[in-house]
Amino acid sequence: MSIRVIEEKCSGCKLCVRACPFGAITVTKKSAHIDITKCSFCGACVEACKKFNAIELIREDAAGFVEVDKSKYKGVWVFAEQKCGRIVNVTFELLGKARQLADKLAEPVCAILPGNKAGGLARELICSGADKVYLAESSRLGAFIEDTFTEVVTGLIQEHKPNIVLFGATAVGRSLAPRVASRLETGLTADCTGLEIDPKTGDLLQTRPAFGGNLMATIICPNRRPQIASVRPKVFKDVHRNDLRTGKIIRYDYKNHTLTQKAQLLAVVKDSAKSAGIEDARIIVAGGLGLGSAGNFKLIEKLAQVMGAEVAASRRAVEAGWFCQTHQIGQTGKTVRPKLYIACGISGAIQHLVGMQSSEIIAAVNKDAKAPIFNVADFGIVGDVLEVVPALTREVEKMRTAGQAEPVTTDIESEQQLALSN
Amino acid sequence: MNIIVCVKQVPDTLAVGVDSKTNTLIREGVDSVINPFDLHAAEVALRLKERYGGVVTALSMGPSQVIDTLRQVLSLGVERAVLLCDIGFAGADTLATSYTLATAVKKLGRFDLIICGRQAVDGDTAHVGPSLAEKLGIPHISCAVKIHKVTDKYIIAQRMTDGAIEKVKLSLPGLITVSKSINKPRTATLKGKMKAARAEVEIWSAHDIGADESKIGLKGSATRVVKMATPKHDRAGLLLEGSVAEQVKGLALKLQQAKVL
Repeated sequence: MSIRVIEEKCSGCKLCVRACPFGAITVTKKSAHIDITKCSFCGACVEACKKFNAIELIREDAAGFVEVDKSKYKGVWVFAEQKCGRIVNVTFELLGKARQLADKLAEPVCAILPGNKAGGLARELICSGADKVYLAESSRLGAFIEDTFTEVVTGLIQEHKPNIVLFGATAVGRSLAPRVASRLETGLTADCTGLEIDPKTGDLLQTRPAFGGNLMATIICPNRRPQIASVRPKVFKDVHRNDLRTGKIIRYDYKNHTLTQKAQLLAVVKDSAKSAGIEDARIIVAGGLGLGSAGNFKLIEKLAQVMGAEVAASRRAVEAGWFCQTHQIGQTGKTVRPKLYIACGISGAIQHLVGMQSSEIIAAVNKDAKAPIFNVADFGIVGDVLEVVPALTREVEKMRTAGQAEPVTTDIESEQQLALSN
Repeated sequence: MNIIVCVKQVPDTLAVGVDSKTNTLIREGVDSVINPFDLHAAEVALRLKERYGGVVTALSMGPSQVIDTLRQVLSLGVERAVLLCDIGFAGADTLATSYTLATAVKKLGRFDLIICGRQAVDGDTAHVGPSLAEKLGIPHISCAVKIHKVTDKYIIAQRMTDGAIEKVKLSLPGLITVSKSINKPRTATLKGKMKAARAEVEIWSAHDIGADESKIGLKGSATRVVKMATPKHDRAGLLLEGSVAEQVKGLALKLQQAKVL
């Protein structure tokens, strides 16, 4: 790995200085200089210097690393997560994506289903796109414990050699996938928002937000297999279920494995199924810094109430203490895909956009006509949120009372929150 | 009890902006700070040490400027700080990073507990904690929000999962990653700062920890970044015209036509 500035081509324009996320570039005497101790070889400067092509990044590959025989690795696998006897929805979203990838590669889709008495759920996975389900049933797999699940998942992967493995970026997936990838000495890309097959190499192109979402990075795992990626809930669309699909259910043979358990679940202290509220909401009204104060969030709540919507907030509004963190949308919060997302006083920093841009319809209200939120909005109103939001609330109310729209039952009893703060 | 806290220096991402004209990052004058989650990890370690005795060691990997971040945790009461600093470590993905950290942990000797922040705010992957535990062959739990009990054999902690809090018993040696809600980190005292200014931060190279060169840095990384691009957006974007009353009327009508209202 090396990076250098081709001095003859460098104009000293400083575009690379601004592009570098690590502050590793300085310009002296009309030529850029890269501080190699700060550089992470991310290539942002190369991208910024397209006009002059004055920065050369050489990504030579590891000498001494034995490349795996990729042709031996076949199949797109999905880790099937379950909770309280039900398959977690992200699993179906992943099966839909896995099906697309597998069809391009002409390989099968398989699901790994660990659990205690989970067999009844296998059929659902087949109806949603799996050709095979590897079912690992054991009383030790009733609750999610990292070491036992790692053993089962890596055991199956080592035996059957899949090409790609997808995990939901849930609490379970985020704790399990890195352990699995680490044991298999292979790559893992977190929180992917896009997965494609490179038509030339057949490698999985994994796109994820980087540097707080200001850039999108495309990541590959060129020499090792399987290629592992995690994907947040609601990033991909739910799959259409076909009850007539057929597939095989294969039971995991434990004879060469012992499920050692160095951790155990003692109790579920608090189970708040309701906190999943905003991820499943049909309409979301979100407020940002433009509201100006915590008190003005009431305007958002009122609009949400008449629309039968859930309330959410941008990171900056949450950091200002105006709304709770469990309802934060964006890269450090939740990803949502409602039918309608109304952004009020949110400028639309990219870390916010990655959390909501796949909503079906996006409406935005902001006083700055140049705010990036308008780049992703289907409908926009340039104006003062404190004026527009109450007006819109009245308008929607009027429509409802005029009977032009079906009344919506509202459920705005305060979300039961996880009382975490000490 | 001997505790290792892993810390990372990150760009102060809150200060990062995007130039709306050029669509590039505005990074001038952006400082480096300690990953906020790691302050909570250090606080857990210090409270456990105060209660049960032992030594807290902070471990980091990065360029020499990370010494400042390690001095910051030394000023809070951490006894020992080690920086893994070597040009060979550059360009590491989370797999190579966890191998490197694991190799250093083995050199540090006997430990009971490793504590990491849940994730670093620059990469947001939350990979290194679990991956490090795997490399060391010890169990882990992610996203701890409360510590109930610690003995020399095990720790009982609460972890946050999707919509639930679970009480888990983890045998030691083990690793936990912690959420911000686990505590409120202390601030350094003047005495602590003065002590930290004099304290030595040990610098270890790849050779010092006996790392296998094919497993560190970019060479040891399984993943490669092949493209960095500014995100593109492609929605229609109809701006509604007129007075506020006309604008909201127009919007409500559009939403009704789209059958969402």
